[in-house]
Amino acid sequence: MSAVIDTAAKPEVITFTEAFSRALHDAMEMDPAVITLGEDIGDEEGGGIFKVTKGLSTKFGTDRVKTTPISEQAIVGAAIGASLAGMRPIAEIMLMNFITVPMDQIVNHAAKLRFMSGGQTHVPITIRTRTGAGAGTGGQHSDMLEAWFAHVAGMKVVVPSTPADAYGLLLGCIFDNDPCLFIEDQLTRTQTGPVPVKGEIIKLGKAHIAREGTDVSVIGYGRPVRDAMVLAEKLAAEGISVEVVDLRTVSPLDTETVLKSVAKTGRAVVIHEAPRSFGCGAEIAARIQESLYSELKAPVLRVASRDVTVPFSRVLEAAYLYQASGIEAAIRQTLEKRAAR
Amino acid sequence: MNKSFTPATLLEIYRKGRLINLIDERFRGLLRSGRLAAVYYSPRGQEILAAAMGVHLQQTDYLVTTYRGIHDQLAKGIPLRPLFAEYYAKATGACKGKGGPMHITHPETGVMVTTGIVGSGLPIANGLAWASQLKKDGRVTLVTFGDGASNIGAFHEALNMASLWKLPVIFLCQNNLYGESSKYAKCTAVDNVAERAAGYNMPGVTVNGNDPEAMWRASGEAVARARAGEGPTLLEAKTFRFMGHYFGDPGAYIPKEEYDAHLARDPMPIARAAVLSSGAATEAELAAYDDEVNAKIDDALQFAADSPFPDVSEIDIDVYGAAA
Repeated sequence: MSAVIDTAAKPEVITFTEAFSRALHDAMEMDPAVITLGEDIGDEEGGGIFKVTKGLSTKFGTDRVKTTPISEQAIVGAAIGASLAGMRPIAEIMLMNFITVPMDQIVNHAAKLRFMSGGQTHVPITIRTRTGAGAGTGGQHSDMLEAWFAHVAGMKVVVPSTPADAYGLLLGCIFDNDPCLFIEDQLTRTQTGPVPVKGEIIKLGKAHIAREGTDVSVIGYGRPVRDAMVLAEKLAAEGISVEVVDLRTVSPLDTETVLKSVAKTGRAVVIHEAPRSFGCGAEIAARIQESLYSELKAPVLRVASRDVTVPFSRVLEAAYLYQASGIEAAIRQTLEKRAAR
Repeated sequence: MNKSFTPATLLEIYRKGRLINLIDERFRGLLRSGRLAAVYYSPRGQEILAAAMGVHLQQTDYLVTTYRGIHDQLAKGIPLRPLFAEYYAKATGACKGKGGPMHITHPETGVMVTTGIVGSGLPIANGLAWASQLKKDGRVTLVTFGDGASNIGAFHEALNMASLWKLPVIFLCQNNLYGESSKYAKCTAVDNVAERAAGYNMPGVTVNGNDPEAMWRASGEAVARARAGEGPTLLEAKTFRFMGHYFGDPGAYIPKEEYDAHLARDPMPIARAAVLSSGAATEAELAAYDDEVNAKIDDALQFAADSPFPDVSEIDIDVYGAAA
């Protein structure tokens, strides 16, 4: 199924923001244990800086929808505590860089309480956060830090690449029984896609073949997957068949689906927005070569952003960010290797 | 709340305190002889304050405590067998040997979180209390921590939020005058931790935690306030720890005169004398209680010793839950 952006004025599309919002409304309607908290999220405060939580406090009351002080440790801690008592809290951390503040709560507690308690307790929380470079927000409002959390056992990390996935995966996080980090991209928030089916949960931990192909597997999550889908369409005209593997859940990684795809194509390009070094791409590339070394027709390549602080100037920011042209070049490079053999 | 502090109440507190005291003595003996190998943070000296708080709590109330938390857990009613087996890293431990002494969890008795990170329990306690507020289940949450925790950001974030939301939570600061090896006054800018409550518009009470009656009264008021939906209290129990920060800490940073002065006011023998003079129990009855507790300790130690270590396959269990 193609997830290519369709900007034509059809009635049956929604934006990412609408999808996030719908998921929250539907989850709160589906289960009274679902509660949410975060900075500015109530309607009195405008329904959140990004309007994702708009209408929630009016509809579900300010007991279940709590505007908080700017206190990220208290926000995540309260979510953890409430989850231990049987609730399904959704904590909004306005921007991903602010998640550095409650790292203790997330890493030492949310991720580990199930294991350290021998399974007596668990922490079914969802932390929603927003980030992404390209909007001129500079060094402390743009970082993709998903690799930090993917590195911690017990955490689940989810990044959607279409509005419909955003809806289904956010529900998946909310109704999952482990702590989930759900990352919303600030650059594509107004982009649209097909409308999801109400109440349809996408189960976590399963990658999605967003486009089938036979020559090369492009593996990623979030915004770069959208670029890969456009590229795949373009390259198809040249007779290059690109398979796009949308991980959906970054961690735990669906290794099986990734390996199956690469076993078929023999070539892999791993893509992400986060900086290249020590990123999730390195882990994915390592798993591929560990299992498929002898079947690979070319080295596994990575396309990612530069290992620098996200700059402010648009010129520099563009130089920082991974480029669709870079993904295209990597795809072509893996195919050249075939020719070289 | 029953306002009169009766000899029976004193006896109840003493007995809880003595349980902690005897277990702590036994553990230290086992650690010294090498028969127990575990990280251990002795509560010696802090027994009475935990007991005097404990008598106000129901089994269904929640507790969030710290690595120095065995007194809080026992006062909350945790059974000895799973507790000891966890110290022994056995499969029959409360956490199947996967958490250890610093992470004791026992939801049946409300022991929800034991954390090894200073100050981090307070925000979590708020969440437990928030759930109780939403469910109107009448439970209160007790979170205990040391004086050092009042200097970390999470403490301040949590107090502010608890006050704003009128959460049914009791913040119990066990001020034992030392944060690891550093004196209280060297690290904390106010004379009493409870003064910090003023900044969060909640009652702040400083009490001699080693005085059974004073601690019982102050705890009772804080619990009643939380239970009535009137919001949180910051209760500071002044106390002293006799065995240093961790087991094996020689405590060279504590001047001898200071240590001796505290030892002269050791709350356990004082409470014992008070029980006897109140007429609540006789020497013989207290000795019989010790025998009873020692028998329970023997049983739990035997249980722990006899239990198997966890199967290695446990390492892959409880990382994630079953697929939702």
